[in-house]
Amino acid sequence: MLIDAAFQGLSWNLAHDVRELFAFHFMVNALLAGTAVAVMGGAVGWFMVLRRQAFAGHTLAMIAFPGAAGATLAGLPIAFGYFGACAAGALALAGVSGRHSRESAATGTVQAFALGLGFLFVGLYHGLLNGLQALLFGTFLGIDDGQVRTIVAVVAVALAALAVGARPLLFASVDADVARAAGVPVRLLSFSFLLLLGLAVAATSQITGALLVFALLVTPAATAHRLTSRPLVGLGLSVAIALVVTWLGLALAFFSVYPVGFYVTSLAFAPYVVARSLRR
Amino acid sequence: MLTHEFMRNALLAGTFIGAACGFVGYFLVLRAQVFAGDALSHVAFTGALAAAALGVDVRIGLFAATIAVGIGMGGLGDRAHPDDVTIGTVFAWILGLGVLFLALFTTSGSATNGTAAVRVLFGSLFGLSRGDVALAVAVSAVALAALLGMSRPLLFASLDPRVAAARAVPVGLLGLGFLGIVGLVAAEATQAVGALLLLGLVAPPAAAAHELGRTPFAGLALSVALAVGSVWLGLVLAYEISQLPPSTAIVGVAAALYAVAAAYVRLSGQFGEMSGSSRKP
Amino acid sequence: MSEAIRLEDAAAARGRHVIWEHVSLTVEQGEFVAVLGSNGAGKSTFLDVVLGLLPLHHGSARILGRAPGDANAEIGYLPQRHNFDASARIRGVDVVRLGLDGARWGVPLPGRPARARKERLREVIALVGAESYAERPIGALSGGEQQRLLIAQALVRRPRLLLLDEPLDSLDLTNQAGVAALVQRICRDEGVAVLLVAHDVNPILGYLDRVVYFAGGTAVAGTPAEVITSETLSRLYGAPVEVLRTGDGRLVVVGVPEPPFVHGSRHAH
Repeated sequence: MLIDAAFQGLSWNLAHDVRELFAFHFMVNALLAGTAVAVMGGAVGWFMVLRRQAFAGHTLAMIAFPGAAGATLAGLPIAFGYFGACAAGALALAGVSGRHSRESAATGTVQAFALGLGFLFVGLYHGLLNGLQALLFGTFLGIDDGQVRTIVAVVAVALAALAVGARPLLFASVDADVARAAGVPVRLLSFSFLLLLGLAVAATSQITGALLVFALLVTPAATAHRLTSRPLVGLGLSVAIALVVTWLGLALAFFSVYPVGFYVTSLAFAPYVVARSLRR
Repeated sequence: MLTHEFMRNALLAGTFIGAACGFVGYFLVLRAQVFAGDALSHVAFTGALAAAALGVDVRIGLFAATIAVGIGMGGLGDRAHPDDVTIGTVFAWILGLGVLFLALFTTSGSATNGTAAVRVLFGSLFGLSRGDVALAVAVSAVALAALLGMSRPLLFASLDPRVAAARAVPVGLLGLGFLGIVGLVAAEATQAVGALLLLGLVAPPAAAAHELGRTPFAGLALSVALAVGSVWLGLVLAYEISQLPPSTAIVGVAAALYAVAAAYVRLSGQFGEMSGSSRKP
Repeated sequence: MSEAIRLEDAAAARGRHVIWEHVSLTVEQGEFVAVLGSNGAGKSTFLDVVLGLLPLHHGSARILGRAPGDANAEIGYLPQRHNFDASARIRGVDVVRLGLDGARWGVPLPGRPARARKERLREVIALVGAESYAERPIGALSGGEQQRLLIAQALVRRPRLLLLDEPLDSLDLTNQAGVAALVQRICRDEGVAVLLVAHDVNPILGYLDRVVYFAGGTAVAGTPAEVITSETLSRLYGAPVEVLRTGDGRLVVVGVPEPPFVHGSRHAH
């Protein structure tokens, strides 16, 4: 799926291989984009796992599909569709509050309905479902400089927002009642977090695929939470794992014929399994 | 409408699949494991791809993968009751495998790949053969029978696991068995509404039933009725409106029914409060 | 000004339903005051009034010399709660830290502010006697240990008034005595006024300064010896109520009429 026959493959000389990697501009772009997504995934994902909102995160990642399809149908720029759908999805999910089981049932309904719409839209403009495939599994090839700039900008904004609201968000996530009494705007934060999640997902999945974004959101953070409960350490660990996994995954994909999504998810899954087996 | 064989096939298979989904969905909502249903439907996709890549019958891949992963997730859960994060992590990994198989599949495959993938992702109740219908009915019947048999202990274990365990209800085993059945139903229903929309048949009818149902068994019956009803109405709509794909129609009806049920409950709750009962002193 | 709380002819209502009225009381700095009364009598409502979450229906209230709600930064509040569930892995010390700066926006500054923070945390955790288990995940701690850490969380910003809503609820007798002694020590040493809502006065009887008893749509304040008597309670409830003293000094209240049915949340008091 990835590289053509123009180069030789792993030479098992690390310096040479790394230089080989960086010789290709598209690979440098892929690494930059991957780094940005990994940092965002590790950081935002840490809160997502803390708040047990993995399902919501996945749903928001999938909602990008009908957004893109709808935009295509309506003749609007695809980015509109992505952002619009993810923002609308965040609103819908935030509106569903209450007992946990209700929340997940409603989340599932939103997701299925949105995907059904996407299917309808694609049929209506007689499109092929290649778009869906690209959305889900992404294509790290052909990320151009403009897209790299976009991703880095989006991630920078997301991280800044997170830095500003991290402490109240932590408070609201750990102990909503006391936080509310201390003046923390719990409901507003819940909604804002979902919105942040949705927009970050929308921006990054256009370029790297929803699968990768979701995997980087949930798995490194899940591993980090298993290993430590200290907020700052956990955040750092989550980001670190995400970065290592992404770089390694990209490098492996570069030198072999197998897709990057497979490598990243498998590399991320391994430490999770190990962390789980360490009885704490 | 009923003179067309494809429509009769669709209704027959859809009825049984809908019933199984309604039943399973009720428990998924009760146990807050709806995400597991979502994950298993995507696993179905991966399983199908794996089978195609390996040159095996797609259905074997579907069933084997979903049941195995279902039980595997149960194994990772506490008392066979995995939480969202666990499910999400396994899910992400399985999707990664799916990407791998997709790559193998497309490099080794032909032009029929695209349509096969669509079938798995979005389903096509209108395209079923007699054999497909027979399989659907058989699998759903098995799942329904198993679920009916375990419904009382499963209810007990879901509502109050600690007390149930004290009364010698095999909570863990039930949890595993349940997830295995979820996998089975997910694999079968993938053919009806597709991997991506399975959730639309499993979650909304069950959620509506939980809002409206008074007793658990009334809720179960309601969930099944709503799911089957969504299938019928969806198929009729898709038949009449040619651009509307059947799976979209079914999911749309189910979602609409849920929205109506939720709205009704909320509004009638508000009217109850307005009639002057006092609140917390 | 040495009054933490002053209420004059106050009345509180939810909707059109008046919970209590004609309540006049003061709480001095450094006093340990128990808030008692049966379910539904209005104890939690009283806390809501003090926090400014519920405006008075009638009368006036001064909290730390200001209108209710204005001085909340100087009030520590422990709402009635379930324990953290066993899977909560956040450390006790981090939970206490939330009380310190959890509501602040932006990135915490390193350097001197960080050192001051660490020092204060160490101080308050030592105050509640939780040094040996503060670093463990809070879900793994016992009820009594969790409560001490939560009290530390409420104390970490040096409040002048501490509100504890049924903190002894799920504790065993030894732990109840321990927490009661701790609260008394905090009152004396730190000069903090404490309102502790309880439905059984006995675990804290020996540590109290005064009592506020809610019943019969109003409240009475005074020392335990003044308030928890057959005469006072009978007058409050408008029905014959007897207060008996057992051999080991415990008080038993007998004959309290059934509270009227109220349609409310599980926090109804």
